[in-house]
Amino acid sequence: MSRKDRMSGNQAAATAIRQINPDVIAAFPITPSTEIPQYVSSFKADGLIDTEFIAVESEHSAMSACIGASAAGVRAMTATSSAGMALMYEMLYVAASDRLPIVLTAVNRALTGPININADHSDSMGARDSGWIQLYSENAQEAYDNLLMANRIGERRDVMLPVMVCQDGFITSHGIENIIIEDDGEVKNFVGEYHPEKYLLNPDESLAVGPYSVSPYVIEMKRAVHEAMVNARDAVKEVSEDFERTFGREYGFFEEYHMDDAEYGVLLMSSAAGTGKDAVDALRGEGVKAGLVKLRMFRPFPADELADALAGLKALAIMDRSDGFSATGGPLNAEVRAALYGRACAGLRVPKAAGYIYGLGGRDVRVEDFHTIFGELEELAVGKELPYCRYLGVRE
Amino acid sequence: MIEIRWHGRGGQGAKTAALLLADVGFSAGLCVQGFPEYGPERMGAPITAYNRLSKDEIRVHSNIYEPDMVVVVDETLLKTVDVAAGLKPGGKLLVNSNRAPEDVLSEFGDTDADVYVIDAIDIAVRTIGRPMPNSPLLSAAIRLSGIMGKDEAIEAMRVAFTEKFHGKPDVVEGNMKAVTEAWSSALRINE
Repeated sequence: MSRKDRMSGNQAAATAIRQINPDVIAAFPITPSTEIPQYVSSFKADGLIDTEFIAVESEHSAMSACIGASAAGVRAMTATSSAGMALMYEMLYVAASDRLPIVLTAVNRALTGPININADHSDSMGARDSGWIQLYSENAQEAYDNLLMANRIGERRDVMLPVMVCQDGFITSHGIENIIIEDDGEVKNFVGEYHPEKYLLNPDESLAVGPYSVSPYVIEMKRAVHEAMVNARDAVKEVSEDFERTFGREYGFFEEYHMDDAEYGVLLMSSAAGTGKDAVDALRGEGVKAGLVKLRMFRPFPADELADALAGLKALAIMDRSDGFSATGGPLNAEVRAALYGRACAGLRVPKAAGYIYGLGGRDVRVEDFHTIFGELEELAVGKELPYCRYLGVRE
Repeated sequence: MIEIRWHGRGGQGAKTAALLLADVGFSAGLCVQGFPEYGPERMGAPITAYNRLSKDEIRVHSNIYEPDMVVVVDETLLKTVDVAAGLKPGGKLLVNSNRAPEDVLSEFGDTDADVYVIDAIDIAVRTIGRPMPNSPLLSAAIRLSGIMGKDEAIEAMRVAFTEKFHGKPDVVEGNMKAVTEAWSSALRINE
């Protein structure tokens, strides 16, 4: 039986890990994800899990230990944030290239410069090209649910890629909210056991993991990751459908909120989407056809599906919680516009679009901010020029 | 939806009180949020914490700018922080103070808020043995919020304290004495 509870996003992530009971956790503490390995070490001390908990000396070592464990043939998980993830970057690419379905619960925090502990997506966006599947969570419930699905998605035979489940630092990681926690046994059945096809500690089949690759092989190995990422689309879809059948909560590549007849829409990820939904409700009450798309799966990027979902809008705001410093906006702005380009080339209708950078370093985003954006979208729709990308709520 | 903002200083338990209030609201069957706003983390720095309590699902993830109630854990903040900023008309302002009512009221000019005062430090010292104002303020805030009656609230706080201070029954009992006494100790000081 599921039970109603209330907890923080970090507690929710730790609860998921307890129920998954992975073979290995290797982690190094960093705010705001520190509580996750802290809770897990308590579970271990209390005998609630039989996970091997490896207290390493850095995040580089945490991911290295996960790579070793996963290559040996077991389930490995970790947690990190911000500079901790940056210290993992080298090994994140190794994990993906070695085709190791490690699961990382990421609590998004600004990368340093200036130093700051609060939420933005610069850390995981820096890892967007590493070959990891990335799922983003609006609240504690979604962080929990995404983690319950993550192992199965990554471990599918035609995928075998690591998975990152992201939630917003402090906003959801340290906020207490209502949540439904599923029964331990039902989660265990849903997640299942991990039996890798190939693994390092198999005496019957010798295997090298991660050796030097000469030029005649590298591009083939990268192509294989590419194929796996293509296959990950079906894996996310099928595991999410099974999750809905089992636990009753629906997850797609993205969530569409009042998009059926929407004329003005915003697209964004994670906690601010909840705030945006309240703005959409208020605007609908005033007769404005507002809608919202919350992207859950950033890697692989559901380009065609997103383009179709957004096509009916007159004007679209693409909201990034990080700046790629391309001088043309953040990564979502670039990728969503690229997705729409295919439709435009085919002669199909596409919305006018405006990019927004918001919420860096934990800058609060309010319902009123969404009203501002929707107001600007109405102007954009009737011909007013807007910058390709602008900073939301910045003090000039 | 009831929205509450807590003003305190790092180390006084304002964040803990907000998280406990979320626990208590949950046990009353409400949808809840309890979350702190983190600046530089250090003892004594001004900190803010927030609660939302609602019968319906809460989706908004921003701070609270127009609260129904403000709780001032440390009255020395009144000189530097506009604690009443955005308080809804007719909202409640709960101040931890041992000063005379006219002294406290003089901090707020001609506010239209209902101002309540409680000497939470005095209660805490006598019941818990330490000057930790957050448990008495939690109790007073629950009463002023109107989300539940006394018996239900006291029981919900006992459950929350027992969970939070697991293995420390003396601490639980001290806090229970504090919240029981504090329930009706916050007095309105303006008309």
